[in-house]
Amino acid sequence: MLKQRPFLVETLTAIGLILAPILLPYLDFAPNTVNRILVWGLFGIGFDILFGYTGLLSFGQSAFYGTGGMVAAYLLTRAGFPYVTPAIVAGTVAAAVTGYLVGLIALRRTGIYFAMITVAIAEVFFYLEFNPLSEWTGGENGLPGVPTPTLNLGFTTIHFTTGWSLYQYLAGCYFVGIVVALRIVRSPVGTILRAIRENPLRAAAVGHNIHAYKLTAFVIAAAYAGFAGGLLGVLQGFMPYEAFVFDTSGQLVMQTAIGGAGTLFGPLVGATVWLFLQDFLQAALHLGAAWKLVLGLVFVLLVCFLRHGIIGGIKDLYDLLARGPAKKAELRDAAAVSGMAAADEQKVAEREIAQEPAAIPLPAHNPVPSGFSGPILQATGLTKHYGGVVANSDIDFSVNPGELRGIIGPNGAGKTTFFKMLTCEVPPTSGKIVFEGRDITGMSVTDVCQLGLTKSYQINQLFNRLTVGENLTIAALAELRGKFKLDLFKNPRHIPGLMEQVEHTLELVNLADRIDTPVSDLAYGEK
Amino acid sequence: MINWGNFISQCFNGLVLGALLALISSGLTIIYGTLGVLNLAHGAMFMLGGYAGWVAYTYSGSFIVGVAAGSLFVMLVGIVVERLIIRNFYGRPHEDQLLVTFGLGIVFVEAVRFFFGSLSKMTPPPSSLVGIMNLGFMFYPTYRIALLGIVAVALIALFVVLYRTRIGMIVRAGIEDAVMVDSLGIDVYKIFMLVFGIGAMAAGFAGIVNAPVVAIAPDVGEGILVQTFVVVVIGGVGSFPGAVLGGLIAGEIISITSMFDPAYSYVMLFAAMVIVLVVRPYGLLGTKGRE
Repeated sequence: MLKQRPFLVETLTAIGLILAPILLPYLDFAPNTVNRILVWGLFGIGFDILFGYTGLLSFGQSAFYGTGGMVAAYLLTRAGFPYVTPAIVAGTVAAAVTGYLVGLIALRRTGIYFAMITVAIAEVFFYLEFNPLSEWTGGENGLPGVPTPTLNLGFTTIHFTTGWSLYQYLAGCYFVGIVVALRIVRSPVGTILRAIRENPLRAAAVGHNIHAYKLTAFVIAAAYAGFAGGLLGVLQGFMPYEAFVFDTSGQLVMQTAIGGAGTLFGPLVGATVWLFLQDFLQAALHLGAAWKLVLGLVFVLLVCFLRHGIIGGIKDLYDLLARGPAKKAELRDAAAVSGMAAADEQKVAEREIAQEPAAIPLPAHNPVPSGFSGPILQATGLTKHYGGVVANSDIDFSVNPGELRGIIGPNGAGKTTFFKMLTCEVPPTSGKIVFEGRDITGMSVTDVCQLGLTKSYQINQLFNRLTVGENLTIAALAELRGKFKLDLFKNPRHIPGLMEQVEHTLELVNLADRIDTPVSDLAYGEK
Repeated sequence: MINWGNFISQCFNGLVLGALLALISSGLTIIYGTLGVLNLAHGAMFMLGGYAGWVAYTYSGSFIVGVAAGSLFVMLVGIVVERLIIRNFYGRPHEDQLLVTFGLGIVFVEAVRFFFGSLSKMTPPPSSLVGIMNLGFMFYPTYRIALLGIVAVALIALFVVLYRTRIGMIVRAGIEDAVMVDSLGIDVYKIFMLVFGIGAMAAGFAGIVNAPVVAIAPDVGEGILVQTFVVVVIGGVGSFPGAVLGGLIAGEIISITSMFDPAYSYVMLFAAMVIVLVVRPYGLLGTKGRE
């Protein structure tokens, strides 16, 4: 649906933003509430790219929100810099740079560790702001007197003040933010980020430098946080130190989870629910400070029962109603073709190992160095110890160009260890591996795959929630773009050779008609 | 010039704080190691312990009753939470587990705020431990010395339970491989429930015994949680000795830095964490693969 009308989401967003000031007053939304929702929504876009798309749950986004906001506010108040929008941009850049430095540390680990490290780092920022840097940041007083923006159109100058007037400015910012984010998630980088979320090991094994991509996502999230932080200062007229507290990060996480992660609009929906309920519970139900208790309970129930947030829930409901009968038919088809596909895929893998470029329309990424002759892959004296156990001992092995070689042995003979060493997944205890005349001993899986050496896995390794087409795209992208490339705004269909490669492979494995089916829906044989 | 008397007394403070952090962190780390769930409500458990102890103390007038009732209450809360909520999350992604425990933490904090207000509550130490003791080379509050002993006893008790009993052996086996324990015919869910209860109790117990030193407020657990994270990252996730070592290191760093400038204590703590991450990414006593 989205593919046929590429700007549908953008158009709908624009219409929504224009209609909001007309419709929302009828629903008892104060303009200030709507403005706060936009700032939180914008803050959340970056976080969603980090959490929803890349699968990295950070509890430390407040650090960048505060940094961006403080830099912008400092420029506008203490430094006497008069232009609001450029100051916010400066804050965004400052937050992105901070994000880069923090990311270098936080991304050393993943999962639980990552969450803990981001919390700790954010706390450090809070203490820095509060004490050593209070001369610049105002400590607990924050930075008052942030001016409102103006827009010089040449013939006239628009002054954005408060309420619905400021809304226009914030809505414009939000629109820019969402358009940029949509470009990012649809770009090759976006596809790879999702691949990392689904199966980081596999993404690395097909030849992507996943660390660099994670860092990219982290910097993007930091930049959005800084942008939103700058706008917070403008919205409130002063930059509060509260932007740095842990609660800010927590609220962002909760809003994103409430709205639905991995949708870009989830944080906006979540912020709407959060801020509306906050006003409603406090003012209408006279709950006072207990509003947060109610919201906490709502949140826990939501995480328990509505796993993909409000947007995810609506999507699931829609799928259930609209696609229910269609899916059953699809499943019957699936059973029919499943048998032969498996055998085909095995062949593809073998061909790639044997380097037969004839089957693949792409030019070989790394042509064999000219003047090179002799075995394409050669291992000498390969040995692997696991503690005291000797898995492989002093193996010499070579493959010549065009040659197919088999390795047989009983269970536990060390075949897998041997293969893992050849593809550099496991470092050998001693010995040497030479591929196309290059010594690859001790290189990373990603580098070796980029040279053109990889293996198929015993248990299939796929990106389960992505579609068949996306799965193939990810592998093809690695070959076309190399380890790491920052083409954040590129439309994947404009990369020469990519679509052809994907379509060719699809035909080869008889899945051409199911390019948009999530892999998790395929029969085992088809995988 | 460094005032040596002050320095020694800060080292002592660091030891007390470190032991306390060690106890709380070992609760967090055995829960994570066994269940695979990082409990973001662990700070709230510390706070709950403090309040439960304060309530029990207010009604009974006895500090010991407060400690016992508070610990049992938090253990009970842990068991109920595991049975009703956490159990449904073992099969779900880590991120969901973080979200739900984070939400639970907020519910606990806000519930306490709702019933007891935001003002801090002070539980006095038992009368026999009030006052200041002359250690020969310096004067030091009696209760803090007692606290060091109390926490050390608790840590040793935890050690004995983990390393010298059959249940402890099963728990340690569960930390290494819960599926294997299950397939050996041991009801691993019962163990999980118990571990969550014990882990929560470690935090709750720390919350009560610390209440005479630092007054409790609903959000007192937040800072503790962050410090606990640093401790666990330094010591190595899932490692009980790592939690103890990390706790002592963190306690000394915070206290000694505070002597020069309290504002930098977090920065120094964080710097230590970064150094550990760079030099030994799996923590001082952690093992690769326990993630």
